[in-house]
Amino acid sequence: MSLLRFYARNGAEVWQLLLQHLGLVVAATVLAVAIGVPFGVLLTRRPAWSTPVLGVANVLQTIPSLALFGFLIPLPFLGGVGARTAIVALVAYALLPIIRNTYTGIRGVDAAVREAALGMGMTDRELLRMVELPLALGVIMAGIRVATVVGVGTATIAAAIGAGGFGVYIFRGVATVNDTLILAGALPAALLALAADFGLGRLERALTPRGMRIGS
Amino acid sequence: MTEAVVTFRGVTVRMPDGHDAVRDLTLQVRRGETLVLLGRSGSGKTTTLKLINVLLRPTAGDVFVEGRATSAWEPYRLRRRIGYVIQETGLFPHFTVAQNVALVPTLERWERGRVGARVRELLALVGLDAEQFLGRYPHELSGGQRQRVGIARALAADPPMLLMDEPFGALDPLTRAELQREFAGLEGRLGKTIVFVTHDVREAMLLATRIALFAAGQVVWSGTPGEFRRADHPEARSFAAVLDA
Repeated sequence: MSLLRFYARNGAEVWQLLLQHLGLVVAATVLAVAIGVPFGVLLTRRPAWSTPVLGVANVLQTIPSLALFGFLIPLPFLGGVGARTAIVALVAYALLPIIRNTYTGIRGVDAAVREAALGMGMTDRELLRMVELPLALGVIMAGIRVATVVGVGTATIAAAIGAGGFGVYIFRGVATVNDTLILAGALPAALLALAADFGLGRLERALTPRGMRIGS
Repeated sequence: MTEAVVTFRGVTVRMPDGHDAVRDLTLQVRRGETLVLLGRSGSGKTTTLKLINVLLRPTAGDVFVEGRATSAWEPYRLRRRIGYVIQETGLFPHFTVAQNVALVPTLERWERGRVGARVRELLALVGLDAEQFLGRYPHELSGGQRQRVGIARALAADPPMLLMDEPFGALDPLTRAELQREFAGLEGRLGKTIVFVTHDVREAMLLATRIALFAAGQVVWSGTPGEFRRADHPEARSFAAVLDA
C-alpha cells in the first residue's frame, strides 16, 4: 500500500526514471545490433576468427557489471559519469548473445539448402540476403531478446554511475534502508524485463519464416 | 562425334585428409547426351559433378565448360547456365513452391508476368497441379513432390545443361520408380545435356545414353547401356551382376 502511495506522490519522477531506463536499454540494444549482427555475419565468412572474437565477447560478459561501470569511468571518450558510459557497458554485455546467435543461426542453415543456393547461381550477397538471414532470423531475434532482457536488469546498476533509471530508487532505498523505495525501483524494472521478453518473443515468432514454423 | 560441352583434362581433387577424391580424370560430356556417372559411394562421382558447376575446384588439371576453363568463368554466371538437382532437394524452406521454382528467373531479373507463366509451365511439365501447389511450402509436400519441384526449379531458366546428384535416392521404391519412368520420358523432350550421378545400376540403365563407371576416383569404363552388360571390367561385372539378380 505504501508503494502505491509512493507512486501517487512521485508520478513525475517515476516517469522520468522509466524513460531513462528505457532510453539506456533501447540505445544500447540498437547499437549492439548494429555492431553485433554484421560482426556475426563476418565470422561466418571467416570462421577462423570466431574463436578469438567469441572469446573476447565471452570475457566481457564475465566482468561483473558494477566493476565494468567502474573501469569505464576513467576512460577518455567512452567513459566518464553518466548515460554514455552506461550505454557503452550495456553494449559490451549485449554483444555476445547477438554475435553468437547471428553466427550460430547462419551456420545452422541446412548445408543442402546453402549448396543448392550456390549451385543455382546465387552470389554471396544474394545467399546472405535471400537465404541465410531469413532462415537465421528466429535465432538472431532470440539473441536480441536475451540481450535486451539482460540489459533491462543491468541498466538498474547504471544508476551507480549517475545514468538514472529505476536503479536510482534501488540504490537510494539500500542506502536509507527503505524497503518501499527498493521495491519501487525493483518492481517496475522486473516488469519491464518481463514485458521486453514477452514482446520480443512475439516478434521473434512473427519474424520466423512461415515455412519454418513448427506446426504451421 | 558430337561436340564436347564439358571436358575434364587430367583432373585431380585432393581432399584435406590427403586422399584423392578424383585422380587424373579425363572425361568428356557430349552435347545432348545423358551421361550417367555410376559407381560405389566414395568413388568420386559427386566430386566430378561438383567440379562442373565449380562447387569444387581441381587441385590439378582443368575442367572446361563450353570450351572455357571453369577457373575463367564467374562462378555464379556459370551456375545460372547449369540446372542443379540434389538428393535432399535443397528447396528453400521459407519459399513457397512458386518462389522456389522462380528462383533463377528472379535472380536474372525476368519481368514478373514472364516468371509466373514459366513457373506454371514447369509445374505442368513435372506433373504438379499449379493451382494446388503454387502457394505451398516445402514441408507441406511429400518427398516425391519435393523432387518434382527441385527438377522444375533446375529447369526454370532453361539451362542447356542439367546436373543431377542422386535426385531420386531418398525416395521410397515405388515413388522412385514412378519418377524414374517419368524422367526417362522427359529427357527426350527436354533435349538437354544431362550429367546424372547414381549408384543404382538399374537407374543408370534406364536413363543413360552413356555410362561412365567410376572406381577409386577414376573412370574405369564407359559406354552405352547395351555395351555395359557385355563389359568385361570387373567393377562393371559386379554392377551388371546386380541387374540379373
